[in-house]
Amino acid sequence: MSITTYELNHLDQLEAEAIHIFREVASEFERPCLMFSGGKDSILMLHLATKAFWPARLPFPVLHVDTGHNFPEVIAYRDQRIKELEARLVVASVQKSIDEGRVTEEKGPRASRNRLQTTTLLDSIEENKFDALFGGARRDEEKARAKERFYSFRDEFGQWDPKNQRPELWNLYNGRIRQGEHIRVFPISNWTELDVWQYIEREDIEIPSVYFAHKREVFQRDGMLLADSEFVTRSEYEELMTRKVRYRTVGDMSCTGAVESEAENLKQIIEEISSTRITERGATRADDRVSEAAMEDRKKEGYF
Amino acid sequence: MEFLRFATAGSVDDGKSTLIGRLLYDTKSIFQDQLESVEATSKQMGNEHTNLALLTDGLRAEREQGITIDVAYRYFATPKRKFIIADTPGHIQYTRNMVTGASTADLVLVLVDARHGVVEQSRRHAFLASLLRIPHLVVCVNKMDLIDYDEKAFNAVKEEFRNFAMKLEISDLSFVPISALHGDNVVERSAKMPWYEGSSLLHHLEEVHIASDRNLIDARFPVQYVIRPQSEEHHDYRGYAGTVTGGVFKPGDEVVVLPSGFTSTVASIDSYDGPISEAFGPMSVTMRLTSEIDISRGDMICRPNNQPTVSQDLQAMVCWMSESTELTPRMKLALKHTTRSSRVMVSEIQYRIDVNTLHRDEKPESLKLNEIGRVSLRSTQPLFFDNYRRNRNTGSFILMDEVTNATVAAGIIVGSG
Repeated sequence: MSITTYELNHLDQLEAEAIHIFREVASEFERPCLMFSGGKDSILMLHLATKAFWPARLPFPVLHVDTGHNFPEVIAYRDQRIKELEARLVVASVQKSIDEGRVTEEKGPRASRNRLQTTTLLDSIEENKFDALFGGARRDEEKARAKERFYSFRDEFGQWDPKNQRPELWNLYNGRIRQGEHIRVFPISNWTELDVWQYIEREDIEIPSVYFAHKREVFQRDGMLLADSEFVTRSEYEELMTRKVRYRTVGDMSCTGAVESEAENLKQIIEEISSTRITERGATRADDRVSEAAMEDRKKEGYF
Repeated sequence: MEFLRFATAGSVDDGKSTLIGRLLYDTKSIFQDQLESVEATSKQMGNEHTNLALLTDGLRAEREQGITIDVAYRYFATPKRKFIIADTPGHIQYTRNMVTGASTADLVLVLVDARHGVVEQSRRHAFLASLLRIPHLVVCVNKMDLIDYDEKAFNAVKEEFRNFAMKLEISDLSFVPISALHGDNVVERSAKMPWYEGSSLLHHLEEVHIASDRNLIDARFPVQYVIRPQSEEHHDYRGYAGTVTGGVFKPGDEVVVLPSGFTSTVASIDSYDGPISEAFGPMSVTMRLTSEIDISRGDMICRPNNQPTVSQDLQAMVCWMSESTELTPRMKLALKHTTRSSRVMVSEIQYRIDVNTLHRDEKPESLKLNEIGRVSLRSTQPLFFDNYRRNRNTGSFILMDEVTNATVAAGIIVGSG
């Protein structure tokens, strides 16, 4: 940041915008929470939230919708960060939703708990009476997300109505809701994948090891490299091989693909991202490949 | 790197989405998988060329109907700048969408079809850009390929647009002849228009000077949130968190707090990364004062010798955005201005402005969807504001319906009383 010219660089501007939104929500809502998946975007969110309220602790809990299909490294990271920040963690379990008969597990080799998360999330919102949920979605990620507001209104069914969104003017956010409705809040809407990595490097934010290149047993499916785990069923044609890979996004193990990479540190990741010609979701997310509007359809139902 | 936020406006067939697609494509901001998906969809829809508009029209209904429904945000960067595009559709809800997209923009890009010249919509876009005080307006005269790159035609459009813009307050107006379809003058200067001596559109966007557009004079700090850790370590800590919306604050500055009028001194400006020697917009910081005075969200910290207007009566230009209701005299609405929430009553609608002709209809009965007019508002609480012309942050507000909670209007403060 340059003091003499009174100019903020792009990362400072993005940070200021996000902090403004965190504080605005903490002021205007009664029961906000921060959705945390263990992915880099939610780690970034946790960092920004910490900055927004320093030297006080986070004035809201952290919510993890746990599919049960996690990378063990990510869960270890989550628990360590929560302890360091003295934050409160709420876990909403997809397994519990299955056990209680709220949702039915998909069948077959392509079964994923991705879509089931929505029910678990909405149940948790109702149970905890959350009225604002911070999410780490970015507009550059996906075309339906490009139409999102910072404050995204959800009705009592948790539904998003893209054709009927509240206009968002200047930095004045409308947080008025009725009981049972809530707002999804996206403070890092304007960040790109590259911004996220540059900021993680600048701020020296610790991230789970799966983001760095490492040797892993993987197999090919739909042009992606999936990790072998107890959560996936391989067909006889899907042969295991050892590859040096890293993850660009971290979600459910059953549908998040790895990319072949030599990037072992942040600097190398930034170089890799700067020259890549494929989006992070295109490269690594089977959940978006269901159809052209897979994300839009899930968002309308109440997905992240 | 510096940001430039710009909004694009144009009628449905002006080639706006094609231009954006072109900017993204030529700056290598489109990824292979996005392009493949667009190519596949274009083919499926029977398009002859790859339809770059599909890159921005992401919703199912948009793809099906070939329209853009809502403001979409796009990102690209060059080695010189980072860009955020607010892509606002030209046909339905044009005014509402453009006002929304332009409210945070440094620059507005208006597209004009070279074959049709300045049409009603071009005038409307220019008016809205001037109303919202967007400092820079770039007119792209598109489809030059369809008029054989004719200089005379370009100059005619330019003159016509200038004549209309004279009636408006637009501080920086420029014109670029382009063909979005073929990429002429978009990223590189085109060899087909040697008579054009200006820079390419992208070059212009990279170079336009925006640093002086901010207000660094009138120190304004709307208190957003009070930080009280109540921990052992920070037992007596009381910090006022917020975003600087004008001027510069430094430790040692004498300040006054509105509405109480108490004065104090800035003890420190804190952040997670350490103390800050000077805070300016749009930094989000935490301020501590030397004296213990009662300050809460919605209060405003400023300098004793430079204070905003404090009043319950506002004069404003409002753009009505509700489909289901109309703005009428005596109506009561919820207002949000800086970090302050209040209720207002509409005292009077002075006039409605015809956005195409700039003609004023005196004393209309109401303002309907997408109509703009000057109104007097009476607030239940005093507000601390500046003229929008002086400060976009402290001169703007939104109005919300108290029953439906919808955002129903954007407001621009033009005076008090």
